[in-house]
Amino acid sequence: MSETEKKLEKGLEEGTVLRTTDLDPKFKYEISKAPGAEKLMLCFQCGTCTADCPIARFTDSYRPRKLVRMVQLGLKDRALSDDSIWLCTTCFTCVDHCPQDVGTAEVVRALRNLAVKERPMPPVYKELSSAILKTGYAYEIPQLRLRQREEKGLPPLPKGDVDSVQKLFKATGFSKTIEEEEK
Amino acid sequence: MAEQGLKYLLFLGCVIPYRVASYEISTRKVLDRLGVELVEMPDFTCCGLPLDPVNHEMMMALAARNLCLAEQQTLPIMALCNGCFGVLNHVNKELKEDKRLREKVNEHLKEIGLEFKGTTTVKHLIHVLAEDVGFEKIKDTVKKPLNPLKVAVHTGCHVMRPSKYVTSDDPENPTLLKKLVRVTGAECLDYMDENECCGNPIIGVNSEIPLQLARHKLGNIRAVKAQALITACPFCHMMYDLHQPRIERAFNEKFGIPVLHYPQLLGLAMGMTPDELALHDLRVKAAEIVAIL
Repeated sequence: MSETEKKLEKGLEEGTVLRTTDLDPKFKYEISKAPGAEKLMLCFQCGTCTADCPIARFTDSYRPRKLVRMVQLGLKDRALSDDSIWLCTTCFTCVDHCPQDVGTAEVVRALRNLAVKERPMPPVYKELSSAILKTGYAYEIPQLRLRQREEKGLPPLPKGDVDSVQKLFKATGFSKTIEEEEK
Repeated sequence: MAEQGLKYLLFLGCVIPYRVASYEISTRKVLDRLGVELVEMPDFTCCGLPLDPVNHEMMMALAARNLCLAEQQTLPIMALCNGCFGVLNHVNKELKEDKRLREKVNEHLKEIGLEFKGTTTVKHLIHVLAEDVGFEKIKDTVKKPLNPLKVAVHTGCHVMRPSKYVTSDDPENPTLLKKLVRVTGAECLDYMDENECCGNPIIGVNSEIPLQLARHKLGNIRAVKAQALITACPFCHMMYDLHQPRIERAFNEKFGIPVLHYPQLLGLAMGMTPDELALHDLRVKAAEIVAIL
């Protein structure tokens, strides 16, 4: 094996060298269908999003610039299985500061939305989703809290209209994702 | 406008009734004093925000459902939570502008007999106070100016960003909450990185990073010797109040900074008692600052 071939082998192993056959050229179109993520191809990798990201400041693992680049290149599996996509707090600093108006946080959201169709969602989102489906609220509010409301003279809580919520879960197809999660 | 009586549909959201009742209690007291009428909405649900990371379309449908109920009442929504405001305001504006998106969402809403028409507006408590009630009227209700007090504010992200949808304040230099603090007579101090996120939205995925963020911020607040931090969002409040002892333990550092909901601060300036404003519900006790007033 020549030096070049050895380097190539090593690069492939470490993931610093890519095979064009591993890329999905349509991935960028899939992501840019999401509202707010339409301009992702305009990203010229300046890195303002990462520089101004409060999360990137405290961890090396979250780099929004890299995530956008992965989408542009078509590194679908790598992007969707990257746990760091769940670290965005949606503070929207990147959205406001991007010189190309890329909507970086929306690209990350589109990655999350797609990721949950293929792999389990973080447990917290499963809990929130099923609480909303069951009660109309993101948390199952304990009876004790409801009694305390009365004692404090607060009006009763809105009922949550579970029936309507369930119909919307079905209409959007999100109930299927939840059913898959339950399995 | 204030003369005719202001009236809003109260959007309480989930986290306030679940864990942060003191924010609701103090808001109702203060708005009552200002003559702002709140209409209870028995059919409001979660705003939709928690579903955005997993299904954007479902978030839109749930938000739009709440907006439709408001349209039927022909009154604006007032949210207390930055997250609820952010989502409802964003979806409301986006659906008003984007016909194709509106048609898609209306397809879903048809299942429950609703249609988004785009006739309501969404405000956050601080917009209602600063823009509709107005600083002058608030000032008139201040009976006991909080002059000796020096505080800092944490405005929170979703009442200032993204600037495409939130236009009430300057996201690079937000002033609404600061001005509202100054009306009470308290001094409002600037500090480093005051516009940065509290980190709470990802605490369910990763607790380490948000605690670091919050510690950094509490450190900056301590550095300018603020006697309290003022918030206007239940999530941000939980991050700095409820989790403050946890942050102190994790980093072996003492902060002891009381975190008040803005209406609690305003209520004190109106001469209400700490008990009336549910100050006893705060995790970090505010006895010291109450004593100097």
